[in-house]
Formats: sequence, C-alpha cells, structure tokens
Amino acid sequence: MKHLKAVNSKAERVDRATAGDVVALQRPPQQPAGPHIPLGCSLVFSPGWEADRAGGTAGLCQPVERDLFDCHIGCYWPAQVPDQLNHAPDWTAKCAAAQKDWRKIDLVFP
Amino acid sequence: MIQLGAREHHRFEAAGKPFVYLVPSAAIFALDSTADDILRQLTERPRTREELVAELSARHAQDDLEDTISELARVRAIGELVAPAPVVAPPPKIFPLTPFPLTTMVLNVTNQCNLSCTYCYEYSEDKIVDTENGKKPKFMSEETARQSVEFMLKESGDNKVAHITFFGGETLLNFPVLKKTIAYAKLRGAEVGKEVDFSITTNGTLLKPDVIEFLAEERVGVTISIDGPKEVQNKFRVFHNGTGSYDVVEPKIKELLKRHRSRPIGARVTLTSGPLDIKRIYRHLTEEIGFWEVGFAPVTTSPGRNHAISEDGYGDMLGQFRDLAYEFLEASVQNRHHGFSNVKETLEEIHKGMSKAFPCGAGLGLMGVATDGDVALCHRFAGSDAHKLGTVADGIDRSAQHAFLESHHIANKTDCSTCWARPLCSGGCYHEAHTRYGETTRPNLHYCEWIRGWTDVCLQVYGELSERNPAFLAQFDAPMPAERVS
Repeated sequence: MKHLKAVNSKAERVDRATAGDVVALQRPPQQPAGPHIPLGCSLVFSPGWEADRAGGTAGLCQPVERDLFDCHIGCYWPAQVPDQLNHAPDWTAKCAAAQKDWRKIDLVFP
Repeated sequence: MIQLGAREHHRFEAAGKPFVYLVPSAAIFALDSTADDILRQLTERPRTREELVAELSARHAQDDLEDTISELARVRAIGELVAPAPVVAPPPKIFPLTPFPLTTMVLNVTNQCNLSCTYCYEYSEDKIVDTENGKKPKFMSEETARQSVEFMLKESGDNKVAHITFFGGETLLNFPVLKKTIAYAKLRGAEVGKEVDFSITTNGTLLKPDVIEFLAEERVGVTISIDGPKEVQNKFRVFHNGTGSYDVVEPKIKELLKRHRSRPIGARVTLTSGPLDIKRIYRHLTEEIGFWEVGFAPVTTSPGRNHAISEDGYGDMLGQFRDLAYEFLEASVQNRHHGFSNVKETLEEIHKGMSKAFPCGAGLGLMGVATDGDVALCHRFAGSDAHKLGTVADGIDRSAQHAFLESHHIANKTDCSTCWARPLCSGGCYHEAHTRYGETTRPNLHYCEWIRGWTDVCLQVYGELSERNPAFLAQFDAPMPAERVS
C-alpha cells in the first residue's frame, strides 16, 4: 500500500489478510446493472433442438435453422460456428434467407 | 449510481499527521494527504467515485485517487453504500473456544477489613454481599485455599503460568493462610510443571517487617490501595473510628519499597468527588513515596452518593489524565520510565489492536473466589450467589459460564453498536454497571464521553510514539500480562 501505512499490529494483520484480495477490491465500484437481455442460444428460448407436439420440427415456432444462426449471431459460444472474422468470412454468403437457403451454407473445415 | 461512504472509524492526529482507527477491526493506519482527503470527503457525506475524483482532482493526481480509493476500500475504511440500505444484521457473536483456560484467580482470603473507607464497594451502601452478617465465613480456611490452588492448576489448562492474586477485605488480615497457600501452590505447581505467580492488593496498614520480608522473599507482586497525600487519603480511607490512615501506612509503604526490590510496586488510587488534583497525587506517590507506577480508577458507586464523581468531574479528570499521558509520552520518547499505568495499559491494547467482545476477562480468563470457595465472575462479585460460576471443589459450572457469556457479549449492547470506542471499552466494568444500573449486562452509559475522550488521548499518544520512538512500542509485542485487579 502506498497511501496508507499500517501502524499497529492489527493493521499489519489486516494488510496481510487482504493482500490476496487486491484484484477483487481494485475493480471500479460496481456499475449499475443494465437491462436484463438474455443472450445466447439457451436463453433466447429458441426451440432449435426441440421437437414440436407431433414429435417433428414442422410446428416449431421458429425454424430449426435458427438453431445454427442463433449461435452464429447472438451467442458467445465460439465452437458452434465457423470463425467468420478470421477464417471464413463468407461462409453464409449463399444463405440469403436461412429458412429457405439453409442447405446452401458451406461446410467449413478449420 | 453506487455511492462510496466512510465506514466506522475514528480519525485522529498525532505528530501533525492524520491517522485512522478502524472499527471494529481496531487497526490503525497512518494516512497520506490523498487518503486523508478522501476519507474526510466521504465522512462528510457519501459520494460517487466520479464525484469524489472530480472534487479532489485539483489537489491530487487521478491515478493516486483511484489507488487510494482501492486501498481504503481494501482495509474497509470506506465501502460501497447499497441502496436501499440493507437490513442491519446483528454483528456475529463470536465466543472464545471453551474450556477457556483460567489465567488469573483472585482469592478473597477474607471479607473483613480494618479500614472503613466510605466509598468501599465491599462495605459501603453499594455492597453486593453482606459481609457483616452474611453466611459466608469471614476468613478463608487453609483447606479452601488449597482446593482453590488445585482448581486454578486444573482450570489453567495448557497455560504454563498460573497467576494467583490475593485480595480482601484487607488481604493481610489473613496472612497465615496467604503464606501457607503460596507454599502449597509452589509445591503443587512444581509437581504439575507450572509456574505460579503471586500478587496481592493491600491497604498497607499491616505491612509489618516479617510480612515485608516474606513478600520480598517470595517475589510477590504488591499493589497498594492509597489515594494520595495525607489530606486526600484521610478523606475517605479511614479506620473504623474515623481517623485517617495516612500516618499509619506511609512509613510502612516506604519500608516495603526499600526492602522489596524484586518486582515493581504500584499504587492504586480511587478517584472521588471534590476537587481532583491528579497530577499532585501522582507526584506525591511516585516522587515523594517512591511507587514505580500509579493507576487511577474512578470510584464505583451509584449516582448521588457524596463521593460520586459528577459529570463535570469526569471532564476535569480527563484534562488531567491528558496532561499526565503527554508527560508519559515525552518520557517514553526519551526512553525514560514514567509510572502512569493507565496509559500504558491502554497503549498495549491499542498496539495489539484488541477488539473486545467482552470488556474484561471476568468469567473467562479471570475469576474470583469467595471465602467459602464459591467461584464468581471476579473478585468484586465474590460471594454473590447471583454471579456464581461454580465452586473450587466442583469446578466451573459451564452452563452458567456460557449463559453469562451469551448475555454479556458486545453484540447485546445495542447502545454500543454505533460507538467507535467499543473495541476497547466493550461497555465497561460489569461491577460498575451492576452498581449503577442494577444489571451487569448494561453498558456504562454514564461515562461514555469520558471513555471516548480518554481513548482519543491514548490514540494520540500511540500515534506520536509510532512516529517519534517506534522502538518503544515493540515491548507490547509480547503476550498480555495478567489482568490487573482493583
């Protein structure tokens, strides 16, 4: 510590005891929480991997294709989709409308 | 926005520098100007970090401000305020591990006295136990004293040293038993591998040559109850016929001080109403009589007695204590001895950073034994059935002890929960509270201002010493000495 100097024995103990706390305590004070926006596939309630009441996928409220595109756009999960920034910038180029064109999406091998 | 606020603390200055005493940790930190400015701003009112940095950026670099905020938060001098304010949880009640070893046993070898000090807590109107017509024997028997020694050796657990303090009444009225007890305790201590340390408190009237010889020979620590020069001593410390005791005790004490050189001998002064000249009392007892140290305690009494100290009296007393404390400071800076023991005891607690759950060791590391062998909270309650914690024959009543600790914990004293001095005071003396309010559980609210004032003085002395002679403070790194009994 630069600005405080431990004077009595207890202060030295406090200093030692909190030395490991530095990272946690040096964070700026907590920012006010923003609005709660669920992000990521499992939180958007898109029923990608679910089945409809008939056991098929036709009656889902969103197309199964959203499954893939959820991961691509809204999800932080990196392993699910090709790396569009570095290696496969055009992997969705042929897929203008996922619902219609999903079969045209390229397979990308790293 | 989340705001930052100051947590409980007491700021003080010493040697021209700012310090902070943190509550409840009792840690003391010296502050640089950045830390001091931040703490003062936040003490004035809570602020957001941005607001704080903006306000202080003219005087301090932004990086310094950010670092200092982190450091102050780290030691819990400041913290985020949560809105809405959280429900205040009661502080956790942390109890020492039991069985807690007994450090000091105070043996009331008699409840009789050859003086009739008007203010005496054992005899005056405020007494707890009827020592005149009560059922307790007037003198402790040899058998009970031996049982007490066994009790002490057993209850001191793993402690290497056991302290036995002989007390009264007038302790020396039962000199024969005292003598035999010391011999027995030394023998038994040697057998079980413990050192036994002895001390007595006496009014000095019975210090005959053979008694002095014995005390010196056995290295018995001696505390003399004496109030000061003749006119002060004779005001309250009188024989049954009303004559003052000064002329009787003065030559005897001088004889004791001349012969007994193996341990420092202290005077214990009871401060009462009336014009107090504490410095004069101090000078008389140290320079004219030759005591090594002098400890002062305000009389314990219910309010309204004519010896009770008034509110003004406490203010006056504080001023004189402050003067003596600063004398102590200047002597200590030059590594000279100064015998004002009140300040030394508090400095030690400050140095260690004691944060007390209980005001003293009574019922924990210290217990008092009545003439019949009943064990009580401390010597001031010895013989009181309401404050009994067992007997020397049957040992400590653990459930009674637990109930006592449970009901006297600082967490119960809601009045104290906002006071910065509570780590050191913890509500104050149980006996004082009992006399004042009829309840040992009550905090001693009548002297809060005095305690805060005195603690502040001691913090300043401590801060000065940390700057001007830090080596002096190293003596307090050793474990606490046995509790002083008065």
